Amino acid sequence: MSTTGHESAKPTEAAAPAAPDEFLTFTLGQEEYGVDILKVQEIRGYDTVTRIPEAPDFIKGVINLRGTIVPVVDMRLKFHLASAEYNEFTVMIILNVARRVVGMVVDGVSDVMQLSAEQIRPAPEFGSSVNTRFITGIGTLEQRMLILIDIEKLMSSQDMALMDSVAIH
Amino acid sequence: MSIDLAQFHRTFFEECFEGIDLMERDLLRMGGGPGGETVNAVFRAAHSIKGGAATFGFAAIASFTHHMETLLDQMRSGTRAISDPAVDLLLRATDALRSLLAAARDGEPLDTARVAGAQAALEAFLGAADAPESTAVAVPAVEQAYLIRFVPAPDLFRSGNDPLLILRELATLGTLETRLDLDTAPAFAECDAESCHMAWSLRLLSSHSRAELQEVFAWVEGSCELDIRLESAAAPPAAVATTGPAVHAVAAPTPRPGEHTVGDGGSIRVGTDKIDALMNLVGELIITQAMLAQLAGALDPVLNEKLLAGLSQLDRNTRLLQEAVMSTRMLPIDSVFSRFPRLVRDLAAKLGKQVRLTTVGESTELDKSVIEKISDPLNHLVRNSLDHGIESPEARSAAGKDAVGTVTLKAAHQGDNILVEVCDDGRGLDRARILAKAREQGIACTDAMSDAEVWQLIFAPGFSTADRVTDVSGRGVGMDVVKKNIAALGGSVELHSSAGRGSRTVIRLPLTLAILDGMSVGVSGEIFILPLSAVIESLQPQAEQVKRVVHQGTVVRVRNEYLPLVDLRQWFGLSGKSRPLHEAIAVIVESEGRKLALQVDELVGQQQVVIKSLEANYRRIRGVSGATILGDGRVSLILDVGAIVRLFSQAQAA
Repeated sequence: MSTTGHESAKPTEAAAPAAPDEFLTFTLGQEEYGVDILKVQEIRGYDTVTRIPEAPDFIKGVINLRGTIVPVVDMRLKFHLASAEYNEFTVMIILNVARRVVGMVVDGVSDVMQLSAEQIRPAPEFGSSVNTRFITGIGTLEQRMLILIDIEKLMSSQDMALMDSVAIH
Repeated sequence: MSIDLAQFHRTFFEECFEGIDLMERDLLRMGGGPGGETVNAVFRAAHSIKGGAATFGFAAIASFTHHMETLLDQMRSGTRAISDPAVDLLLRATDALRSLLAAARDGEPLDTARVAGAQAALEAFLGAADAPESTAVAVPAVEQAYLIRFVPAPDLFRSGNDPLLILRELATLGTLETRLDLDTAPAFAECDAESCHMAWSLRLLSSHSRAELQEVFAWVEGSCELDIRLESAAAPPAAVATTGPAVHAVAAPTPRPGEHTVGDGGSIRVGTDKIDALMNLVGELIITQAMLAQLAGALDPVLNEKLLAGLSQLDRNTRLLQEAVMSTRMLPIDSVFSRFPRLVRDLAAKLGKQVRLTTVGESTELDKSVIEKISDPLNHLVRNSLDHGIESPEARSAAGKDAVGTVTLKAAHQGDNILVEVCDDGRGLDRARILAKAREQGIACTDAMSDAEVWQLIFAPGFSTADRVTDVSGRGVGMDVVKKNIAALGGSVELHSSAGRGSRTVIRLPLTLAILDGMSVGVSGEIFILPLSAVIESLQPQAEQVKRVVHQGTVVRVRNEYLPLVDLRQWFGLSGKSRPLHEAIAVIVESEGRKLALQVDELVGQQQVVIKSLEANYRRIRGVSGATILGDGRVSLILDVGAIVRLFSQAQAA
């Protein structure tokens, strides 16, 4: 998965490093989102998490990912969606952002899409659960509309409470 | 062809710093006594630094070391007495050399004044005694023609050597004629660019001795065929062996036993990252093994006899493997202790005191990561002992003590801990003065406090009894930092003192930071790990033992002691309803002399756990020191008892 991602990304990296052209798309409620495929490490089913004290409700806890302790964020809780169920279909996208590994629970993973520069429009000022600061643009492909998130910026932001810059101590 | 020498720089610097440490140690040992093997050892160290520096193109280091080498050479050949000023000078030079090396390695700004000063001093010292040197070393003024046959081994480049550098150095010794010999080279198509297929026949017109020529080749000894003979000599001398005895060893045929034979058992240099990777894998293996053991527990022991026998074998082997891997990370504490003779010598001179340093248990081994972190705290303690503990020689004589004070560094194993002690036979801690200072600085204290409690005041941030700030100690950033650093390693510090007889600081540290003996407890379905070292006992309190104190929470009475009771479920905000206390279990834990009872649902067991970082992908959590992976693959949090005790006593005080 990541191999193909790397290969296809190389030319763009040389030209304009800021614009990834392959996105992993997932759904949260009614909306469809896309993240840079190069930030995605793997996709897993949701398994038992160990709860952590003093964490906001959307941080479900930590899991053991082949010996590494990885925190898991439920984006459905983060974005205050109506239902957040955990069953055998619940999936988790394991991300590699800011030299850290983070798990992200979403409603469903759709597919990998390629978008050219002209298919990406700047983000409007309103209209999604995600703060527009973290939206890099809106991708359109036939009838679908894709909200593209700068996942690295989002996960390292203070309101995700995932990193120590929040300075608890 | 060019080789990227940079990849060898790290090894070069490591070896140089080791060499300097060795030189320093031996110089201190020399201190006016007869030289013999010790001088030779220092000379050899200086020589290899010089050789290495020249090879890697650090001209400044090479030329600086050259002066040291000259002085040492005079000392070992006996043309110059081993005097205190000479040793002092050499010690100064080692400092300068160290900063030269550090500057070359890290690109740090160089302490030019120090280096220039040391170099000038060396030159002046050498110059003053130029006369004896010229008479002693009878220079054969006659030029002789040497025929040198130099056939490097094919793998010469791999050891970072470059024949060109050798030839250039030879050329500095006289008039050199070279003839490249390509007979041994394979056909072009079969040439391996990284192998050396060349050989040289050289003719050198030089006034230097053969031994000096041979020294040029010292770095490639063993990876070349070398034959140096005088042109006129008809009969070739028995071909100078490829791996002949080191040239310098001639002067010292009998090494004193036990001095330089350390580590002769053969060793290889391995990067710590490789050992860390190995350590991680062993950690994984332990987790897998625990998982298998857990699964096997449910099997019928009769039907699965063989499988169970195999598993118990695996259990034993895993443990042995873990110990073996851990032991590769273990270093003798000597690597820390050996820095102190120099420090004590310099400090004592500066303070006008006479101090003898003794070390006990230098061979005690502990984890490399612990070693690295213990050096600064020890430094503080030794400085404190010298500055505050040991009295001036006059005061000592007046008190009927030996004018020379003693500072002792001790290390010993005790169970899974290592004890490191710094003792002195000085004046001891001054109770009245500490109390007075504490009051002055607004630290809460009373006269009724026990000695042990008074000594704890020293660890308060900003505390200092020194009336004036010296550059040795007294800035008051000492003991609290010591305590914090030690606590961060999972250790503790104790102070003992008796007035007029001296004081003793005992540091207790865990052997390793990677694995912990833990007690697992269950709270509303979650498993938490408590460090076994912090657990005192666990009990099921009777209803009458538990008291609610208004605004203070709950206390539990255990053998006439009232301990605050912390409900872990509540504290961590876990779901479920707390059980009535008499159905729950209270685990009594202790940290920094304060006890606390933790209320849990059940005791699960005891096990060794591999400590994993939470901060790598998440952040710090109050009261949690890390995480581990249980036998069933689940993550379990390791509680930081010290932090919980501290937090709770703060909460209670507020």
